Amino acid sequence: MDIIYLLIPIALVLAGLMVWALMWAIKSGQFDDLEGPAHRILMDDDEVPPSVDPSPPPVEKNKQ
Amino acid sequence: MGMPHYIYRVQSLRASPHTRNTTLVPALTTGHCMTLTPHPSPPPPCYHCGLPVPRAADFGVEINGALRPMCCRGCAAVAQAIVNSKLTDFYRYRTESSTTGRELLPEFLRRAAIYDNLDIQKTFVRSVAGTTRETSLILEGITCAACIWLNERHLAALPGVLSVQINYTTHRARVRWDENRLHLSDILEAISRIGYLAHPYDPDRQQQVLEQARKQLLRRLSVAGALGMQVMILAVALYAGAWSGMETEFARFFRWISLVLTLPVVLYSARPFFSAALRDLKHLQTGMDVPVSLGILLAFSGSVWATFSDSGEVYYDSVVMFVFFLLSARYFELGARTRAAEASEALVHMTPALATRLTAHAHGDAEEIIAVAELRSGDRVLVRPGETVPADGRVIAGRSSVDESLLTGESLPLTKDIGSTLVGGSINRVSPLQMIVERTGQDTLLAGMLRLLDRAQTEKPAIARLADRAAAWFVAVVLICTALVGFYWWQAGNPHWLQIIISMLVVSCPCALSLATPTAVTAATGALTRRGLLTTRGHALETLAKATHFVFDKTGTLTLGQLRVLDVITFGQETRPQVLAKAAALERQSEHPLAHAILDAAHDAPFLAAVEVVNTPGAGLHGMLAGSMHYIGTPAFLLDTANIIVPAETRLALQQSGHGVVFLASAQALLAAFVLDDDMRPGAHHLVQSLRAMGRRVIVLSGDHAQAVRRIADALGIDETACDLKPDAKLAYIKRLQHTGAVVAMVGDGINDAAALAAAHVSIAMGGGAQVAAASADMILLSGHLDNLTAALEKAGKTLHIIRQNFYRALIYNLLALPAAAMGYIPPWLAAVGMSASSLMVVLNALRLVDRQNTPAGHPTTVA
Repeated sequence: MDIIYLLIPIALVLAGLMVWALMWAIKSGQFDDLEGPAHRILMDDDEVPPSVDPSPPPVEKNKQ
Repeated sequence: MGMPHYIYRVQSLRASPHTRNTTLVPALTTGHCMTLTPHPSPPPPCYHCGLPVPRAADFGVEINGALRPMCCRGCAAVAQAIVNSKLTDFYRYRTESSTTGRELLPEFLRRAAIYDNLDIQKTFVRSVAGTTRETSLILEGITCAACIWLNERHLAALPGVLSVQINYTTHRARVRWDENRLHLSDILEAISRIGYLAHPYDPDRQQQVLEQARKQLLRRLSVAGALGMQVMILAVALYAGAWSGMETEFARFFRWISLVLTLPVVLYSARPFFSAALRDLKHLQTGMDVPVSLGILLAFSGSVWATFSDSGEVYYDSVVMFVFFLLSARYFELGARTRAAEASEALVHMTPALATRLTAHAHGDAEEIIAVAELRSGDRVLVRPGETVPADGRVIAGRSSVDESLLTGESLPLTKDIGSTLVGGSINRVSPLQMIVERTGQDTLLAGMLRLLDRAQTEKPAIARLADRAAAWFVAVVLICTALVGFYWWQAGNPHWLQIIISMLVVSCPCALSLATPTAVTAATGALTRRGLLTTRGHALETLAKATHFVFDKTGTLTLGQLRVLDVITFGQETRPQVLAKAAALERQSEHPLAHAILDAAHDAPFLAAVEVVNTPGAGLHGMLAGSMHYIGTPAFLLDTANIIVPAETRLALQQSGHGVVFLASAQALLAAFVLDDDMRPGAHHLVQSLRAMGRRVIVLSGDHAQAVRRIADALGIDETACDLKPDAKLAYIKRLQHTGAVVAMVGDGINDAAALAAAHVSIAMGGGAQVAAASADMILLSGHLDNLTAALEKAGKTLHIIRQNFYRALIYNLLALPAAAMGYIPPWLAAVGMSASSLMVVLNALRLVDRQNTPAGHPTTVA
């Protein structure tokens, strides 16, 4: 049963890692929007709209 | 005031014949939103917004390979913009219909351009680096996740936009852009092109504080949860060891490890309880935090003592779980509060208050957009239709009807002419007005109302919360008992006296008591929020359940604040649809709210076209219909233009009702009278009925005149009314009620209600009403359906019932467990089990308040 003296410290280290990971997640805003990402993943990003550079105007801007 | 209403109100029969500012309106054919003939089968709904497509409409946009019908020019423009940006996938992804599209008006573009002004940008645009700017926007019109996708894609495709992030939960966007390549107004315009509205906002300090508090609490919760799990694992091992035997060497090791793991939970996670308890003790109060802190500290120090002395029992698992559960309850409570703050902030549209000042130049007037705070008395200001009057003053040019309903409760718009007074905060409805500012800032009527509101808020009486009262009592009893029992055993020489004390404190766990209220309130407010009733203050539900008097405002609360044709009285041979068709043909040329009411009523009537329509603002319209001249307007207008006399008995008959009345006549004879009034809000009847059934007193307070109030009160069966009340009179009325011992709930929507709302024990504001009213209310009815208020009442009753039930159960449990523990019959492990079980019972009981789907109203409300 001496293995306990190895396993328990490992568990403590893991718990420490868990706390650290949670702190990181909170700090980096992972918990800010709990609904959006669930939907976002379902929407394709494949058909990226053609213009990231200004060449073809995406909307007729000066119409009005 | 005293100017003739275009809509003629019977009791103010003073239409002067001199005010005929006739203008010729060319007969236009309006393209959308009207029906030509009744159609046999309904055509497919608008592909964009899901509304029915009018017959006359001929808008279609090719989307995903098929021509889709559109209900109006606005939707078609929006859909076309989406197609042009190659984002038609939006229509595949979305799960809800979009909001009806709006056409881009020059007016909107002008307002958007205001945001490029550097002085105005100061409050909500941050400079990141070089020419990179960042701002936060509130988005309106988001109905499902596809809207987020659409907005993000669309904005990201704009040249110059560096990054876009939209939060689906809060509908807030954070946009970064390069100021050299585009301006903020371009971004706002791009968003409105695809059918949404964006308001830049200044995330105000209160919300930042709430957000920080939320993150802090989440950190404490994570620590308690993560370490708590480890402690529980060790505790299970210890319990199992106690049953089946365990080497003391391992048991001691496990206890020490548990101590190390619990230490951060007590020192970091539980800190808010300790600091609140210290604060309570300093003020000699006992809230829930004192027993909670005592419980945590005693259980922890007892365990530490047991660990060091290698004797007795440890309760590390109880400590961590207790902290974890309490923190989760607080977290959910804070979450509900943050959501409420965000929603009310969205209502307030943090748009800067601006005014258009006119300055004389050699070649006419120059317009200048300035902040309202910079206005001085004597300035000339232009107020466009749809804009809010920026300060108190007098009209110097133009003629329009102005909506003062939020300020005064008056249900019909007032006609304002040269020389009429204008009140800051009222809304110009029809045509541009030029005004001269007479009073600004602190001197205005609006500022006076706000001062009244501040005073009312500070004097607001509070009903002591059930939880705090019960807790103080309970804690005192438990502490005294424990002290006495401990002293008795110590003096009797029992070596286990400390263990008995700990057992007593653990078994009497204040956990159940302290969870009783927050869990019930959180579950109930969550259920109500889903129904469109937002709770912004914690006490609201409890107080609502206890309210004895329900006071309602009339305009905008019991009524919709919109005019509707209530009755059509015909005088000649013509039928109702015929006269409605004629009236509609003339009114189509008017922008007056009354015209909208008649057009709505004439929705099913046959279509007629009028030509050569002449509008006499404030009096009426006349024009050629099927070859002959027709007139619609006040009796004075008919007398003036067509020499048609409205018989006195007709007038008298209509005088009884207190409605607005408009008359229609041909060149020869009077044809019909249209009776108009503010329409009753759906659900009002049911709400008043259920209130009376519960034995509450219902009172209507209104700034409107007696007949209008009487009509609504009679229709709803309310006996107590008070009318023509100014804001201070409303406030005084509420206070008088409170002096008689009544618990007052106030429901209102206007600025004139704000002070009364603040003073009432509990207040509910209508979502569409004035911002000030929403800000001073404890609950906000976002959906505008009074039925939800009825549901809230039931829910409030149930909540109070469940809170009381929780208390009684906790009490009974304690009455049984405390004496047993005092006599030393309860071993510490059983005490811990009892503590967890009592908490679990409370939480499960509170969960009954969460609406389950497809479940009818549930058991009848019991208000103990």
